[in-house]
Amino acid sequence: MEANQLKDGACIVGIGETAVCRKPGSGLSEMALQLKAVAAALDDAGLKAREIDGIMPFPNLGRAEAFAASLGCANLRFAATLNLGGAAPVAALRMAAMAVVTGSANYVLVPGGWNGFSGARTREITAGDADSIPGGAIARDHYLPFGLSAPPQWYALMAKRHMHEYGTREEQLGAVALAMRKHAQLNPGALMCGKPMTMGDYLASPMIAEPYRLLDCCLETDGAAAYIVTTTARARDLRQRPVVIMGAAANQPYPADDIINRQDFHRTGLTIAAPEAFAMAGVSPADVDFAQIYDCFTFEVIQQLEEAGFCRRGEGGAFVENGGIELGGRLLVNTHGGLLSQAHLLGLGHVVEGVRQLRGEAGVRQVIDAEIGVVTGWGDFGDGSIAILRRGD
Amino acid sequence: MGAANANLVRPLPLMDGLTKQFYEWCSRGELRFQRCSRCGAFRHVPRELCAECGSFDWEWARSSGKGTVFTYTVVARALHPAFANATPYAAVVVELEEGVRLLGNVVDCPPDQLRIGMPVHVDFEKQTEAVTLPVFRSR
Repeated sequence: MEANQLKDGACIVGIGETAVCRKPGSGLSEMALQLKAVAAALDDAGLKAREIDGIMPFPNLGRAEAFAASLGCANLRFAATLNLGGAAPVAALRMAAMAVVTGSANYVLVPGGWNGFSGARTREITAGDADSIPGGAIARDHYLPFGLSAPPQWYALMAKRHMHEYGTREEQLGAVALAMRKHAQLNPGALMCGKPMTMGDYLASPMIAEPYRLLDCCLETDGAAAYIVTTTARARDLRQRPVVIMGAAANQPYPADDIINRQDFHRTGLTIAAPEAFAMAGVSPADVDFAQIYDCFTFEVIQQLEEAGFCRRGEGGAFVENGGIELGGRLLVNTHGGLLSQAHLLGLGHVVEGVRQLRGEAGVRQVIDAEIGVVTGWGDFGDGSIAILRRGD
Repeated sequence: MGAANANLVRPLPLMDGLTKQFYEWCSRGELRFQRCSRCGAFRHVPRELCAECGSFDWEWARSSGKGTVFTYTVVARALHPAFANATPYAAVVVELEEGVRLLGNVVDCPPDQLRIGMPVHVDFEKQTEAVTLPVFRSR
């Protein structure tokens, strides 16, 4: 089966999201938190839990068996976890589409959520568990002894090199942080709603790992989200206006498990995945109405805009400046506020927001007449995923 | 990150397999990388097989130890308790003359004076009886 046979064959038919918080924490187990989001997604779709016959849990956040046992899924025909870190939930759109189009499952559930604030912090997990990511043993043996233990430090190496080669400036990183914060003011569910930010605030925030300041870094939050995929044919009988998966792809940098020995230092998973997904969808970056870009750190937004083809490599800094990715700019990025200003929902939040926009349910932040949207994911040492979604009939 | 944790020892590599061999050469004061016996390609981090030509045959070939700073970051806030007293410190990626890159610390240059492209050469710092880490000096 050619990949383009997946085009328009599957839809997102249900979304769910919990409230997000930092202090005092969710008060729930990570499984309970995720099941709350799943219940919301099932209700949204108008499906019964036992109709789910495919589950794709996020890496290290619960087994499909445990989800199935809690939900009463006695017919789990399809279960898979993609080891792509934060790129997994968007990569799962491709695999879920494969599963339903081939008849391997009828309804695939993709959950994700964590106590990212009140539970173990990412920096503790990446430093303490060599199995937490595919490159974990290499990080333990070749990065950690020299003082690099966590994502902002690893990725800072990429940002710094980009700034050297292309003249990308710290105010351009700041422009990304400001755009996300501005959009969060229109999202009552965003943690940073009511807390606007200026470039002065950004530049005054403490340095973490140069060039990353505190305000270049995503939030650490408790919360969960989930979505459900089925075939376009089945979607017609369900409650919501379907959101069609026009194209989706995922890929990895090379080598994927070592961040420093890449011949082309800026080539990430998205570099390869994006042209594949756009070709499958039959559209180009110029055709999209908005983009939800995985914004773990500010530079990763600039890098993904370049590698996804929204601008050329080296031009991302200029692209995001002067409101370029804000409301009214050349490309509206992260209408919900993203990981930087809404919450860190592992990339699921970007999918959920993309679906809301394409259903026309985004309230005051609704993109007028939104028809086509892009969602990306970024994970581990540069894994990338992308989906091009369309408003269904 | 409490002060009680600040004296934790620096985390060291797990001395096992090819990684152990790499660091054992460091203990002898030699920086060596795997070089494919068939096509001559250098590689790092250690791997079983040459990704260029597919050969399983390789040797530990000595590096000149000379290279230039390819990229770096200055860590201002430690995210691991063992480095809490070390800030600010820089971690640098050095591209060696053999073409492979190695992450390390530059021990004789303040972080704010580091520059991409700066020439450096390798040196070694013994951590324990078993483990010596490569470090870099400006030249």
